[in-house]
Amino acid sequence: MPTIVVDVMPKAELLDPQGKATTGALARLGHEKFENVRIGKRFEFQVAGEVTDAVLAEVRQVADDILSNGVIEDVVAISVDGVQVADAPAADALAGEAR
Amino acid sequence: MPRIGVVTFPGSLDDRDAQRAIRRADGEPVELWHADHDLQDVEAIVLPGGFSYGDYLRPGAIAAVSPIMTEVVAAANRGLPVLGICNGFQVLVEAHLLPGGLIRNAHQQFIRRDQRLIVENADTAWTHRFQPGEEIVIPLKNGDGGYIANEETLKYLEGEGLIAFRYAGVNPNGSLNDIAGLTNERGNVVGLMPHPEHAVEAGFGPDMPEAMRSGTDGLRFFESAVEALVARAA
Repeated sequence: MPTIVVDVMPKAELLDPQGKATTGALARLGHEKFENVRIGKRFEFQVAGEVTDAVLAEVRQVADDILSNGVIEDVVAISVDGVQVADAPAADALAGEAR
Repeated sequence: MPRIGVVTFPGSLDDRDAQRAIRRADGEPVELWHADHDLQDVEAIVLPGGFSYGDYLRPGAIAAVSPIMTEVVAAANRGLPVLGICNGFQVLVEAHLLPGGLIRNAHQQFIRRDQRLIVENADTAWTHRFQPGEEIVIPLKNGDGGYIANEETLKYLEGEGLIAFRYAGVNPNGSLNDIAGLTNERGNVVGLMPHPEHAVEAGFGPDMPEAMRSGTDGLRFFESAVEALVARAA
């Protein structure tokens, strides 16, 4: 059964309080060389049958409408069995059409 | 007596406080259930505070697509008064009834304080018993209360007077433009992070300069809705 992975990140221009706190913790532990930690989400799910273009379109719709909130987050990547099928611009363009 | 519904989601905490606030404002609270499609002919709806669905996915996100919300969104678009408090505000934003988003507090901590607010818009279904510019105090308690929106949305909210409440004194969570609550263009939908239902009875409200726990500024939210519904029925 194919596994689909959707990666969601907080928008780059917005404060990511979790990431900021983690950056601070790394610095306290002597890892000052690592900066700008940002924390996102990874969704993994499986789909019965073949991943057709229609299924992929449905994945993109779910990623944009349910798994992420376009006001605060971006869908940065979608992959099927480890092969990336969409990156941020593609997902964004689709979100634009949906609106 | 106007019938005002309070939706209970799995994880709602303040639904009974909201029901009690409605009763104190001479309304009749009606319990609504997240899994139903029946609004039971209520004339206004409160989405209460809490942690619906454990804040899984994003605060308010799963509640926003629950069965009852299909009906709440339709009713709001018909003009029915809808008030979202704290988690209820997050649900309204996730359901696209109000713009923008709510993220983790800037300082990363859950906060509980008696919060001063400025009433910016006293021309809504839930705020017309206030004066524009009036300062009120009601409790604030949340972890994800940071209001954000893009530049264009903020300009729209400011330009159209859709910011209902602003934090006064301190900005407790990093909300842009000190936004504590919003309304829509029609003024029937209002959402805010602080909790008016916890400031409806002396002895159980926020601390005020005059006396401890004496604050009742929250009562006027519910009185605003009840008064308008009674006037309409008369």
